[in-house]
Amino acid sequence: MLSVLVRRLANVVPTLVAVIALVFLLFSVLPGSFISGMGEDGRTTIDPAVMERMRKEMGLDDPLPERFAKYIAHTATGDLGTSFRTREPVTYLIGQRVWPSVKLVFGAMFFAILIGVPLGFLAALKPGSLIDTASMVGAISGLSLSQFWLGLMLMYLFALQLKWLPSFGYGDGGIQHLILPAVALGVGPMALLARTTRAAVLDVLNADFVRTARSKGMSEPRVVKWHVMRNALVLVITTIGLQFGSLMGAAVVVEKLFAWPGVGSLLIDSVFQRDIPTVQGCILLIVTFFLVINTLVDLAYVAIDPRIRYGR
Amino acid sequence: MKLGKFKLKGGTSLWVGGTLVGFVVLVAIFAPLIAHTDPVLDANLMNAEIPPDWEFWFGTDAQGRDIYSRIVYGSRISLTVGVVSQLLNSLIGITLGLTAGYWGGWWDDFVSGLTNMMLAIPSLIFALAIMAILGPGLSSLVIALGLTAWSYSCRLTRAQVLSLKSQGYIQAARILGYGDLRIMFTQILPNILGPLIVIATLGMGTAILAEAALSFLGLGIRPPFPSWGSMLSEARDQITTAPWLSVFPGLAIFFTVLGLNLLGDGLRDSLDPQSTTRRA
Repeated sequence: MLSVLVRRLANVVPTLVAVIALVFLLFSVLPGSFISGMGEDGRTTIDPAVMERMRKEMGLDDPLPERFAKYIAHTATGDLGTSFRTREPVTYLIGQRVWPSVKLVFGAMFFAILIGVPLGFLAALKPGSLIDTASMVGAISGLSLSQFWLGLMLMYLFALQLKWLPSFGYGDGGIQHLILPAVALGVGPMALLARTTRAAVLDVLNADFVRTARSKGMSEPRVVKWHVMRNALVLVITTIGLQFGSLMGAAVVVEKLFAWPGVGSLLIDSVFQRDIPTVQGCILLIVTFFLVINTLVDLAYVAIDPRIRYGR
Repeated sequence: MKLGKFKLKGGTSLWVGGTLVGFVVLVAIFAPLIAHTDPVLDANLMNAEIPPDWEFWFGTDAQGRDIYSRIVYGSRISLTVGVVSQLLNSLIGITLGLTAGYWGGWWDDFVSGLTNMMLAIPSLIFALAIMAILGPGLSSLVIALGLTAWSYSCRLTRAQVLSLKSQGYIQAARILGYGDLRIMFTQILPNILGPLIVIATLGMGTAILAEAALSFLGLGIRPPFPSWGSMLSEARDQITTAPWLSVFPGLAIFFTVLGLNLLGDGLRDSLDPQSTTRRA
């Protein structure tokens, strides 16, 4: 288990460094810095002397390699810089937003697993049946939906018309505020999980060891429980891990739609305010979170499937 | 019995998907003939926020523009974004995958590292960052979506090249004195085109969804241009008074992407050698 972790980290760390470099470089070529933007948009006039002082203070005049070295050094110590807009540390700004985002993303994934996996499982056990056809038609439809449009429709139906749930906002953090955004966000991964689970289970059902188990007289429920489920789980868990990536991308839009105070809406607001350190911080956080999840997924494989041993 | 089901399924999705996509393509081509009014200029405050009726099939928005006509023209934006961004992605992915798989060595390591990095950044987030830098607009959108989703075709191409490299006809081409690039593009590429077309078809759907999402956030196509995403972004504020504004652009996105997904699935099933043997 430890060797798997080491191996995986040897992969993750260079990727993370590359992402940090990319994020830094992308935003250092941004035409016009925040400061010049403040003077030029016509809404604010800044004394050139003040502007010069701010540029110095923020280090915007230093040569690119120097700024990059500084950025890497600061990031490595967990310092993501100071927000251009609020002058607060970026880590503090993001820290306030992490918990709502985590709640939303895991809530959506919980919903996706709860519905998607059993649906795919049932579909695979009775291929060609009504439940199979219905769930696969539902799955491909779910994959074709625009998440924020679904959110908008859910909002209209359940919040504005039926008034069962609040239409937007975080409220006091209660579950009733979480339901609509989590469902809107979770339908995509749910559809994909239903398809993957079905394919994985169908695959395993045709495997030799399942035929052997049946021919030695093992009862069908036991075959399913001991052989099919465990083996199909590997593929399902991979899908869950990979889906976190697109889930976090889509979460940005869903957070914005439902005015959910997460990292995604902070990212969007910062983009519009040209608050570059905060934008960089949000992207780095999202990428790191995704990499951590996928490392955990790799560890989960080893626990589930004894055949998987890395480095052998 | 299961084999029969599979064949039927591939056939149905190919047929339904092809019809849907073909319909959207026709709408986009003949937009000026099908639309009732100009999508941007024909604003008339006398007609503001009329629910769907016989004259305005999908209703009108707050400026009195005909939603049906705007959706008809919006198909052009969505299809352009889908097709051009996927051409770009395929070009990048195929070129990197072919060369990495064929040449190997440090170039292969470099491309693999690049691919891993791309896979680590959720593509919508990456596209969003590029849009933030380039600013809104159709060409920025095509670039942002065309640069951020090539990792799938790159991985697939590389894997296929590795398995084809040792085949007899590649060796023969090499003995005949074909150059590396000629072998890659004339001998290997035609043999792996099928799965790449599937990836590009499914990718078009993803790109159209991404365009809608970015436009909804205000980073993609800006109003007054009739992108389905920007129409939804305008419609959100009027959801209580004029819900039809939100319904129809969303349905347009849904049916277009559904068509592309079904088409991609159908193509995969009919290209899969296992299912072709079952055909007869």
